[in-house]
Parts: sequence; structure tokens; C-alpha cells
Amino acid sequence: MIESILLPVVSLGGLGLIFGSGLAVASRVFAVEVDPKVEKIRSALPGANCGACGYPGCDAFANGVVLGEAPANGCPVGGADTAERIGEIMGSEVGAVERKVARVICNGTTCNATEKFEYNGIKDCKAAALVQGGSKSCQYGCLGLGTCYDVCPFDAITIEDGIAHVDPDKCTACGNCLDACPKNVIEWAPYEQKVVVDCNSKEFGKDVKVKCTTGCIGCQICVKACPFDAMEFEDKLAKINYDKCTNCMVCAEKCPTNAIWADFSERKTAEVIEDKCIGCTICAKKCPVDAIDGELKKVHEVDPDKCIGCGVCEEKCPKDAIIMK
Amino acid sequence: MELLTIAISAMLVNNFILSKFLGICPFLGVSKKVETATGMTMAVAFVMTLASIMTYFIQVAVLEPLGLEFLQTIAFILIIASLVQFVEMFIKKASPTLYEALGVYLPLITTNCAVLGLTLLNIQEKFNLLETIVHGVFAAIGFGLAIILFAGIRERLALADVPESLEGFPIALITAGLMSIAFLGFAGLV
Repeated sequence: MIESILLPVVSLGGLGLIFGSGLAVASRVFAVEVDPKVEKIRSALPGANCGACGYPGCDAFANGVVLGEAPANGCPVGGADTAERIGEIMGSEVGAVERKVARVICNGTTCNATEKFEYNGIKDCKAAALVQGGSKSCQYGCLGLGTCYDVCPFDAITIEDGIAHVDPDKCTACGNCLDACPKNVIEWAPYEQKVVVDCNSKEFGKDVKVKCTTGCIGCQICVKACPFDAMEFEDKLAKINYDKCTNCMVCAEKCPTNAIWADFSERKTAEVIEDKCIGCTICAKKCPVDAIDGELKKVHEVDPDKCIGCGVCEEKCPKDAIIMK
Repeated sequence: MELLTIAISAMLVNNFILSKFLGICPFLGVSKKVETATGMTMAVAFVMTLASIMTYFIQVAVLEPLGLEFLQTIAFILIIASLVQFVEMFIKKASPTLYEALGVYLPLITTNCAVLGLTLLNIQEKFNLLETIVHGVFAAIGFGLAIILFAGIRERLALADVPESLEGFPIALITAGLMSIAFLGFAGLV
């Protein structure tokens, strides 16, 4: 009786034990060494497999980093955070990547820009661009039919009032929209940038004025207004040199057609910390708009109406007595 | 002659999928593309052949002497599962190319009923070792024949104008039924 129970239990248990230990041995003997860094890097990546790094997917990119082919900061989607983590895994310091985002440099909404004709074709910018370069009178403007919207894997693009708009918080700089846009009206801009020329027209001012109320007419007022020589002109179109720009927004104030967009709500004002100020007058000398009233050995004062928030004084103050608010 | 009969029987007349209705899960699951169906077939053929041999020895050497034939099912599951695990490890080490080709299909068949069914049938039919191997190989070929043909049909179905309510799985099941009826035509062969 007891034997008929014991025999199956022992024999099956024995079989299981043999196979189990066999597998345990086999897993040692046939162990394939995978570089543990690959797995760690793979888990640090966003995992969207978007291909923005130039590799077929996140796995391939992780392999590339370990093999030394790909740069640690090669993932534009993950940005600085991911680059830093990969740097830690690889044991090397990585230069921080400045976060950049895509931006549609056109403000030719249905009420700002005129139409050449009524387009009733396929709702796709590439198709529309084949017909006389699109229905928009300005041949450089955004057609707003949403080809970029279709290719954006992160839902960062919306179509409002006939033009596309990129949400900078959602944008991961994968670059799909730049490739898809038949008008090349999407460009890179730093995420921190608060002033952008929202016009892509390379036509003469007179022609621009007829076609769009907010186009850059090439008057060069912004060039003269910029205290930092950050405004450049190329093909009759204003271009901000983002390396020089301090987001002071003077150009946007001066632009007669409002072609320069600026987020004035983000505009800062310099403030003097009275306890720290020793009255050296350096800030007053450096201020491009003479907004600082500085007598020697006295606490300086900033005129908030004149201050453009460029931050030069904050940078130059030897005592860190100025903060931007 | 006996071996030929076993081969034809396993491949066509008693086709594992279409006549015995074993291995329906991969038949419907991995038959969307001919490519994946082929990969699955390769993996199944590999495991079926090895499992037939292994279970034969266990049956003859362990179960029969101890009078434990009633434990066949559970013992065979144990054997197949650990065999698949072992084979996976071995291939990963020995031939990474083959490992990538078989991909996810190898672990998928760990508990495939077609493999278990095959090993149990081998015992039921009282096959010797050679017959067991032939039966295993040709059962796998039959499995491949059915799943690759089915995948080919499904690839075309994806482009066909199917009534909306039948799109996807319903039409696939109808197709599978029709294929099964077609294979009934082989019934008089053996």
C-alpha cells in the first residue's frame, strides 16, 4: 500500500531532481556572457524605439553605446537625464545636451495669411504642396494640413487656426516632423528660448506684407534694437543667434509686424539685494538700457520700467547682489 | 513499408492540427505571416524529434520497469519542459544564429499539446525507437504544412474584402475549418 504511493512520488521527484540539477549545471556550462552594461543602458532609455538616434531601436542603441560606436548623449528623446545615467553606467562624464525642441516658425494663421485658392484635395501637406506649392499665398508658410501631426509619435503637435503648433513640453526632438514637412517650416529651437522669429518667408518686405499680416518684412529694426548683436539677417529674414540671445525680448517689442514671438509672461526684472550691494557701479555701466541708477558707494536701484530682463547685470555683479525675478 | 505508412499517416491523414486538433494555439497565434509560421515549424520539428527520443527512453527505462505507466502525462510534461529549456540554453551558446532564427518560438512550445500528444501517441501505438523518430519528424512536417499553408491564406485574406463582421479571427476560424475538411480527403490513403 505505502509502496504504491511512495514509488511514484520518489521516481517522479527523482526525475524532477535530475532534470532540475541538469538544467542548473547546463545554465552554468552554456551561460552566454552578455555585457551587463547593455541591459542597464537599455533600461535607462525611454524605450520608444523611435529611431531618432540613428539606430533601429533602443536595444541596438544600447549595444552601440557599449561598443563605443554611439555617443552616450546620442538619445535626443531621453535628453540630459538619460545621457547622465548612461554616462554613470559607462563610467564617463558626458557633456550635457542642451534640450532643443521643434518649432513651427510660421504665424500665418487663417486670419493672418491670405489664401491663393481653395484647396479641396487630400488632407495632407505633401499632396497639397504639389498643387501650386499649396493654397497659402505665402509659399514659405505652414499649410496646416497635419502631415507633421500624423508622424509625431508623442502627440506633441496640434493644428490650430490653420497652422501646426508644437508643444515644447511634449516634444522630444525626435525630428520626425522636420523630415515630414514639405515646406521646411519646422526648425530647432532651444527649449529655454523665449523669443523666436515666427516667420519663414524669404521674400521682399512688400510681397510679404500683401500675403501675411505678421510676416518678417526685413526692416531690420530688430537688428538695431538688439543690445547683444544676436539678431542676424539671412535671405531677407531675421534670424536669432540663439548662442548670443539673452531672451531680453526687446526685438519682439520693436518688431512692427509682430513677426517675432516672445513669451512676455516669462520676462524677468533685475532686483538689487541691498545687503550685498557695495555700490561698485559695474552693473550700471554694463546695463544696455541704462535701467540701473548707480552712484558710487551707494546701493543701486533698478528701474523696472526700463529693465528688459537680459540678465547682464546679474552676470557681471562681483558680489552676486542682483537676482533676476 | 511500415515506416512509410507511419510517415504518410502522421503528415497527412492524421495531421496533428487538422485531424487531431492538437497545437491549435500556435496554429491560430503565429500564423499571421509565413515567415513566423516557418520559424515556429522549425522550433516544433526540433523539439518534437528530441522529445520523442527522450520520452521513449524514459518510458522504457523508468516507467515500464516500475509499473508507473499511469504517470506518463505528468512525467512527459516534465521531460518536455526541461528539454526545451536545455535546448534553448544549448542553442544560445552553440549557434546564436539559429537561436535568433527560432527566437521566441522555442520557449513558446514548452507546454505545447502537440508535442505532448505526439509522445503519448508514440507509446499508445507501441512504436519502437526508429518508428518513434519517424513519427516525430513527419508529425512536425505535417504541423508545418498546415500552419504554413494557413499563414499563406491569412496573408492573402488580410488584403481581401472580408465582410466587416467576419474580419480577423472569425474568417480565420472558417478558413481553418475548411482546411480541416480538405484534409479529410486524405482519409482513404492509409
